[in-house]
Amino acid sequence: MTSIQGAEAGAEAGQGSRRDVAVVAFAQTVHRRSTDRLSEVELVLPVLQDVLKQTGLTTDRIGFTCSGSSDYLAGRAFSFTMALDGVGAWPPISESHVEMDGAWALYEAWVKLRTGQADTALVYSYGKSSPGSVRDVLTRQLDPYTLAPLWPDAIALAALQTQAAIDAGLTDERALAATAVRSRRAAEANPHAQLRGSADVGELLEQPYEVRPLRRHDCPPVSDGAVAVILAVGDTARALHPRPAWIRGIDHRIEAHQPGVRDLTDSPSTRLAAARAGAFDAPVDTAELHAPFSVQELILRRALGLSDATEVNPSGGALAANPVMAAGLIRIGEAAARIHRGESRRALAHATSGPCLQQNLVAVLEGEQS
Amino acid sequence: MNAAELLATVPALAGAEPVTRVTIPARLDYTYSPGSAQTRFLKALTEQRLLGERCPSCTRVYIPARGVCPTCGIVTNEQIELPHIGTVTTFCIVNIAAKGLDVEVPYCYAYVLLDGAHVGLHARIGGIPHDQVHVGQRVEPVWREPAARSDQPSLAAISHFRPTGDPDADPESYRRWM
Amino acid sequence: MSDVQKSDVQISDVKQADVLSAPLVVEFPFTRSTGPVIGAFLTGLRERVVLGIRGSDGRVLCPPAEYDPVTAEELHQLVALDGTGTVTTWAWNQHPRPYQPLDRPFAWALVRLDGADTALLHALDAPPPDSGDPRAVRTGLRVTVRWAEQRTGAITDIACFEPLPTTTAEEGQA
Repeated sequence: MTSIQGAEAGAEAGQGSRRDVAVVAFAQTVHRRSTDRLSEVELVLPVLQDVLKQTGLTTDRIGFTCSGSSDYLAGRAFSFTMALDGVGAWPPISESHVEMDGAWALYEAWVKLRTGQADTALVYSYGKSSPGSVRDVLTRQLDPYTLAPLWPDAIALAALQTQAAIDAGLTDERALAATAVRSRRAAEANPHAQLRGSADVGELLEQPYEVRPLRRHDCPPVSDGAVAVILAVGDTARALHPRPAWIRGIDHRIEAHQPGVRDLTDSPSTRLAAARAGAFDAPVDTAELHAPFSVQELILRRALGLSDATEVNPSGGALAANPVMAAGLIRIGEAAARIHRGESRRALAHATSGPCLQQNLVAVLEGEQS
Repeated sequence: MNAAELLATVPALAGAEPVTRVTIPARLDYTYSPGSAQTRFLKALTEQRLLGERCPSCTRVYIPARGVCPTCGIVTNEQIELPHIGTVTTFCIVNIAAKGLDVEVPYCYAYVLLDGAHVGLHARIGGIPHDQVHVGQRVEPVWREPAARSDQPSLAAISHFRPTGDPDADPESYRRWM
Repeated sequence: MSDVQKSDVQISDVKQADVLSAPLVVEFPFTRSTGPVIGAFLTGLRERVVLGIRGSDGRVLCPPAEYDPVTAEELHQLVALDGTGTVTTWAWNQHPRPYQPLDRPFAWALVRLDGADTALLHALDAPPPDSGDPRAVRTGLRVTVRWAEQRTGAITDIACFEPLPTTTAEEGQA
């Protein structure tokens, strides 16, 4: 037994409220259109082993494990239980799962660590969209009485949001294409991205509409992929990484479900989550925004009041790789990795869930104050 | 207020029979892939082979293998061909016909711990009256015809397990793996 | 970074013989209780009446909500709406997908019905004058409900919306 043990957690909790939590490891797959050669656990296992190796931890030294995924992607009820094979759940471990993006699994783990129930947490999530048609599968998350029977697919709903933003004079098709180009060119430096590089705006605008006003470049790729993160508290985090990415604040907020009730051109839930996470207390140099559709980056930038001084989605974002249920946690991982590498001092990470940015999570991460 | 009371407040709908339920069927089509490890297991079945995998750390042998040791959380890539004989570690008699399952009820559903394995294989027990099935009984697989096996590889390549007639296994040989 | 690349190697290691695959169909045959408010709304659709509900702030919500989106209090005050309204945003769907309301190109639209303060999502059948060009559709377009011939008490009792024949003066209002 070393100091990095669940048994020690109670003692540290007793010292008071100061239990700072940091991201100390992050790994993701190379995201692909299809991974039909891999079962879910075969997809997840490499990233689990990667974060354990980065920290030198073994599974029996993880205090809490939390994952995120969706049975609807796999088409199999309780599919996540098979992925549990990858964490070595014997002797029985403290574990939880959310049927959501892994960013929300990270939130649950953060609460566990903050409240002294563990000193380390393994958070992972994965999405294997390739077995089905993800844009149709996502219709099943909609109101079952008034929306789901019409099968409005994910691209159609984003197209409605985009047209609303165009009507409001916030953007146009050319500006949206420029967002797509910038994201996918940024992804040229990201070996994990699925779409790396892009044709010019002019060329993109010659392409046919997918669902007008969206063309293919405005939409995320369909991706299979997985992500894992390790969290740790206080000195444990300092022992596991020379430059922990401290989570200074994290919050998530949700809006009404019916798209016709919301102002689709704004994201008040993002703004509120950001305020609660302390995002407006000081400028951030980096923002990793989970914006699967081009217009959503604009809406989020406005909601967060980001200036040009903030580098947005240096990873390429969800427009470059969008493994559903993993893409939000990847944003937190990418922001943390920038801090780990000394490329960022204060970064914002955002994750979204539901149609048209219905639900949003914001985390603020910082390097060690010198 | 219930639906009828609500409807009574709207002149055009007063007295209308209220809708209380709605059935809107939905269907999603997938192409399922079992991944590499389970593909190896399923393909071996078409060749009348029982393929398991051994964990390099705890040395347990799993069948069907899923490519990972669920105890240790590490890759299992050592293939182990298991003998065509095992032990019933638990069983039940099923009297409810499952939708879409082409099996007559009642039938005996059991875990069969193949010799050398550390996890039971789901199986049916046949060739014996149900009241003679018991834990510790030694059983062997009855394979379907090759054509039926290779058409669509699945665990149905084994029709069922039947008693070998050997003496029961020593309980110590399976106690930990029930 | 080197660790991460190592994991990629592991993935490629798994690529051996061709993997199996098989069709998998998942069906959801569930029958849901509607509750009083959605039940009343669906009853109305069956009888060719669109209902909204008045919220605590006086706004009329359509589709109706059981609880106030702001205060969460139970809502009771149904409002019968005309089946006419205004497009608040739209998206042209050139390639309809399975189970969607129309099997020819159509517009998705959020429609704020006259007398309502929120918008309803549905299909808008607005055949373009020349093929593929959704010039007939725009935000502000006046539309009306086209009822399904067979109505069972479901959102699909509205077959779709269609443009409302209007005078130039009425167009100006939109």
